[in-house]
Amino acid sequence: MTHVVGRDHGLELLRQMLRIRRFEEKCAELYSGGKIRGFLHLYIGEEAVAVGAIPCFTSEDAIVGTYREHGHAIIRGTPMGPLMAELYGKANGCARGRGGSMHFFDAARRFYGGLAIVGGGLPVAVGLALADHMQQRRRVTACIFGDGAVAEGEFHESLNLAALWKLPVLFLCENNLYAMGTALGRHQSQTDIARKADAYAIPAEAVNGMDVLAVESATRKAVDFVRAGHGPYLLEYRTYRFRAHSMYDAELYRTKDEVAQWKQRDPIALFQQQLRDEGFFTDADLDNMETAIATEIAEAVSCAEMGPWEPLEDLTKDVYTPAKPAG
Amino acid sequence: MAKITYREAVRAGLREALQNNPRVFLMGEDVGKYGGTYACSKGLLDEFGPERIRDTPLSESTFVGAGIGAALGGMRPIVEVMTVNFSLLALDQIVNNAATIRHMSGGQFSIPLIVRMATGAGRQVAAQHSHSLEGWYAHIPGITVLAPATVTDARGMLLAALQEPDPVFIFEHAYLYPLEGELDESGLPVDLTLAAIRRAGTDISLITFGGSLWKALEAADQLAHEGISAEVVDLRILRPLDISTVLTSVRKTHRAVVIDEGWRTGSFAAEVSAQIMEGAFYDLDGPVGRVCSVEVPIPYPKHLEDAALPQPEKILQAVHSLMGR
Ligand SMILES: Cc1ncc(C[n+]2csc(CCOP(=O)(O)OP(=O)(O)O)c2C)c(N)n1
Ligand SMILES: [Mg+2]
Repeated sequence: MTHVVGRDHGLELLRQMLRIRRFEEKCAELYSGGKIRGFLHLYIGEEAVAVGAIPCFTSEDAIVGTYREHGHAIIRGTPMGPLMAELYGKANGCARGRGGSMHFFDAARRFYGGLAIVGGGLPVAVGLALADHMQQRRRVTACIFGDGAVAEGEFHESLNLAALWKLPVLFLCENNLYAMGTALGRHQSQTDIARKADAYAIPAEAVNGMDVLAVESATRKAVDFVRAGHGPYLLEYRTYRFRAHSMYDAELYRTKDEVAQWKQRDPIALFQQQLRDEGFFTDADLDNMETAIATEIAEAVSCAEMGPWEPLEDLTKDVYTPAKPAG
Repeated sequence: MAKITYREAVRAGLREALQNNPRVFLMGEDVGKYGGTYACSKGLLDEFGPERIRDTPLSESTFVGAGIGAALGGMRPIVEVMTVNFSLLALDQIVNNAATIRHMSGGQFSIPLIVRMATGAGRQVAAQHSHSLEGWYAHIPGITVLAPATVTDARGMLLAALQEPDPVFIFEHAYLYPLEGELDESGLPVDLTLAAIRRAGTDISLITFGGSLWKALEAADQLAHEGISAEVVDLRILRPLDISTVLTSVRKTHRAVVIDEGWRTGSFAAEVSAQIMEGAFYDLDGPVGRVCSVEVPIPYPKHLEDAALPQPEKILQAVHSLMGR
């Protein structure tokens, strides 16, 4: 394990991972209570990835996420209130309640989804990077996708184009070893995802995605590389989802044992222990942290509860951009 | 008025767009060194350089998606997909991203993207290169679908599309590229809300768009010799459809035939026909007729291809049967 750089930073990383974990535990509860509907994909187990990676990008950079993006949006800085309201489908949600769990958007934070077609975000990320390149902006686009997306043609097309045109995009693969119920070895002929980047002359690295510090240092280096104008880079975060794929999944495709084994590597528990070992962390710290997070989540829930439904008159609003008034 | 080919008109529109706005760029397969599959972008690489005239790999999904991303990032991309047949590989980006992101994000993002592509049959290139799918695209809310049939529209609709804040798809019938027409140089912008009356008449409305316009006009000439005065309506914009121009025409003529190179079942002609029924049922003297493609993959031999597509003779037949002649 990498050494923690300092107490404050260590506590902050832990706090951010806990924010995602507790938020999503609340989501699962609200789903059972019928407050949240539709598809709900939880990130529990993978928190070290978002927490280590996303703060490496500046507010000018762009993020393109997946449908398992609650953690991405939380760490990007969208307040929990609009996120929870979005999960409720309320008009004060971060996408007016129109997208729900899979479609968080936040223009002010350059967060471009929340996209739910596997692989569909990669070309868009390449285009965002193209726009930066053509306008000579030193920005980086973070393109997040799962191991399942690697089997899509858009993955290969996008890596090729980004490398060919030397675009400032950082490909971030969250390899949690499953695409729904299909294990990596059952959907990839070459299971070493980082090696695929080689075929497109893109430098790549596989990282322990259960270690927030490892994620952070690898991502920081990769962002620097891309920002310096050397073209794209690919990181493969090796991680694991502790929960079902979505709320409808009976998990027939993996054993309880396997899940239990991976839970031994819980990124939050491990990091907490590490902080304790380094003398940075006490039970009192944890209590304070948990209390503050519980308050934040309670406020988010009441923001969602009190939020208005979008009026029916607005059903077709924003299908097109309204015409500018003449003159 | 200057005589100019349809491809020259497209090229003129592209040049003006590139000259007028530094954020405009063109990308697609063989748009640069090759000069464009239909030579629409010939010379533009030399004039504007490789940053703005970008040859792409054969990756339809990704370069259309990159157009979406570039538009989100502040550029004004014009993406050329070689033909509608290959646009099927980009449908995910078009349907799931370009058309949805604005509404699904609660109006936070606009995607000012133009995608141009050749469409249509009639050149003996067989089933995989002869699709007419603009009617499919017109099914999708969130995008605008244009089908310029004249040289003036080929140039003018492209320029007008650059004023649109949302994705615009332009379908250029491949048969039209070498054809010459009179370019209206009045400088008036094309109004993207209006269909156009290409020939005024009183007895029957021939409603069409794209490559079929010329067949309808030929049929109208023939009908004039028979003493039947046909009005020819060029829809031009399939979405949003200007149904009021259509209804005004039908209320005057009381009869309508819709001509569409798409297959008959679920065709755009079916939509137009339904809207005429909804809006002008009591003005009709008979059922709305349709001339569409025969439901078959378009075959290679000329006699079979001709038989599969709408032709002036088939339009005449439809008119005759409607008028009881
Ligand atoms: C193109 C496409 N095919 C199928 C699906 C259905 N689907 C949703 S998530 C998923 C698995 C994706 O796995 P991965 O990319 O590894 O992401 P993870 O869910 O593991 O985070 C599938 C098959 C989809 N959304 N999009
Ligand atoms: Mg996965």
